Amino acid sequence: MFVDFFHDLKSNGVPVSLREYLSLLEALDRDVITRDIEEFYYLSRAALVKDEKNLDKFDVVFSKTFKGLQALSETEIAEIPTEWLQSLTENFLTEEEKAAVEALGGWEKIMEELQKRLEEQKERHEGGNKWIGTGGTSPFGADGYNPEGIRIGQEKGRHGRAVKVWDKREYKNLDGDVEIGTRNIKVALRRLRRFARDGVPDKLDLDGTIKSTANAGYLDIKLEAERRNKINVLLFFDVGGSMDPHIKLCEELFSAARAEFKTMEHFYFHNCLYEGVWKDNARRHSDKMPTWDVLHKYPADYKIIFVGDASMSPYEIVHAGASVEHWNEEAGGVWLQRVMDIYTSAVWLNPTPERFWTHSGSTDIIKQIFNDRMFPLTLDGLDAAMRELSR
Amino acid sequence: MSGKFEGTQNYIATEDLRIAVNAALTLERPLLVKGEPGTGKTVLAEEVAKALDLELLTWHIKSTTKAHQGLYEYDAITRLRDSQLGDERVKDIKNYINRGKLWEAFAYQGRVVLLIDEIDKADIEFPNDLRQELDRMEFFVYETGETIKAETRPLVIITSNNEKELPDAFLRRCFFHYIAFPDHETMTEIVKVHFPDLKSRLVKEALSVFYEVRDVPGLKKKPSTSELLDWLKLLMNEDIDETTLRERDPNKLIPPLHGALLKNEQDVQLFEKLAFLARRERN
Repeated sequence: MFVDFFHDLKSNGVPVSLREYLSLLEALDRDVITRDIEEFYYLSRAALVKDEKNLDKFDVVFSKTFKGLQALSETEIAEIPTEWLQSLTENFLTEEEKAAVEALGGWEKIMEELQKRLEEQKERHEGGNKWIGTGGTSPFGADGYNPEGIRIGQEKGRHGRAVKVWDKREYKNLDGDVEIGTRNIKVALRRLRRFARDGVPDKLDLDGTIKSTANAGYLDIKLEAERRNKINVLLFFDVGGSMDPHIKLCEELFSAARAEFKTMEHFYFHNCLYEGVWKDNARRHSDKMPTWDVLHKYPADYKIIFVGDASMSPYEIVHAGASVEHWNEEAGGVWLQRVMDIYTSAVWLNPTPERFWTHSGSTDIIKQIFNDRMFPLTLDGLDAAMRELSR
Repeated sequence: MSGKFEGTQNYIATEDLRIAVNAALTLERPLLVKGEPGTGKTVLAEEVAKALDLELLTWHIKSTTKAHQGLYEYDAITRLRDSQLGDERVKDIKNYINRGKLWEAFAYQGRVVLLIDEIDKADIEFPNDLRQELDRMEFFVYETGETIKAETRPLVIITSNNEKELPDAFLRRCFFHYIAFPDHETMTEIVKVHFPDLKSRLVKEALSVFYEVRDVPGLKKKPSTSELLDWLKLLMNEDIDETTLRERDPNKLIPPLHGALLKNEQDVQLFEKLAFLARRERN
């Protein structure tokens, strides 16, 4: 039962497990719902989907798997914009019919009429020449554009009945690949937490106290240091030029990252890392810090995160003197390689969607330098990047 | 079995919500409820309990809540003090075991609704720590060596505001419902339930203003159902009638008593700016 549906969900990236499938079957077995496709949709959704970001994927698969089933039980109704219907019909009409349309008073009139008849007509209609339905000869007939019938304007009655709920795809904007906000970023960054106790012992160690009190026979207070996150992070942001559209996203990442780590240092660069980086964009030309100093200052256990779209001329990475802003003695790639040699955990986050990466040669080169550790700046990408970093 | 959940007089339950609740009820699995803040996640548990005529136990989760606090806590400090004072109670360890909400729910005679509110507030590992207990509805008390087991499995409703992701293994054991933001029609029904004698035209105007506010791009926090209800209450108190609301005079673009709808001064500023722009366009 529904094995194909289950497999379709799995292959479309909805994380379903056997356990959830079995509980759906159990619920069906115990008659939680009546035999109604819509109730089945709600039940299977509650049983199989556990995160609103997967609701949209589920809707799509459900629609695909159970297509046609609905037609058996009730008329399928789709919503078609009037303009679309109008232009389509015009293409299909013969000269003769067009004249007839004019005779009826033009399109405006007809659409009005259609609306009126739709209101008059309550049940499904087939054949005939007045009512709207399938296979008729009425000017409003829907045959040819949509064999199941058309719907115009607002349907009265219970919500969710007219258009199949799963075809509405209400949850589209909850998909995890799309939305990213400060909170979400924080959750993803939290993966990096590694707690350790160090510093001054100033907190009551209850377990230790009980233990030593039991041993000593009198109240023996023990203290311990507070748990603190031990992770240090070095962030490099690409600024200016092609990165401008992504500034907001980076800002959010930045503000979320700040709170999550023990120390977090950030530096800016333009397009590719060269011999100098800066901390303040307003004084980027006066207050440049040599990259060597940065590499010497921060120990190798720092986690490195580069944020940039990696789209530039490939020469900027492979050739000396190719920077767009200044004369660089050494190629950008050399500097990136130095970073990679010192720090074992480093990732590159790329705000451009992954499907565009192959279009720019520089992205490929940087990806190679980073041993494939380039991730899109989406929730899933951030998650994967953090997992990589916490290895 | 105590029947099926059909919504109550005070709570409009959409069909998908009803089915999710009933599935959780029949299969005795936890129900995880998510949704925008203010769409009635917590109220749901209260209303389910009311509709099924069951007692409701609430366990509010904070960032400092630990999983074992839901089971029981062994108050070692009090016992230690009592022992030094020579109290008689010290001989029985049972006197120092404080029951948590889960214990209460498991030990309850008959069925009970247990609400675990805002589970995402606690540490990431919190849901994992409770997994086994919620699954089997039993746990072991080390101090006394007894096993607490639920005779009738309580209906567990868990709410989450999505501040943290919940572990997969935990999710697999629950039914899930996402409270979508109510559409215009459902919202009218909800308002009707809360303010039965509000003039329907006022409701209509107020709702359209409300959805307009929600549609303003770039709002930090969109007003939700609970804010709408508060706002309506205020409108009624101040005796503002529908004509005031209907005035789409650009000079008064900011709806009356907007403080109930917009909770963020940046949002109010954004709104004022838009009003200003609209006025300038007009002149």
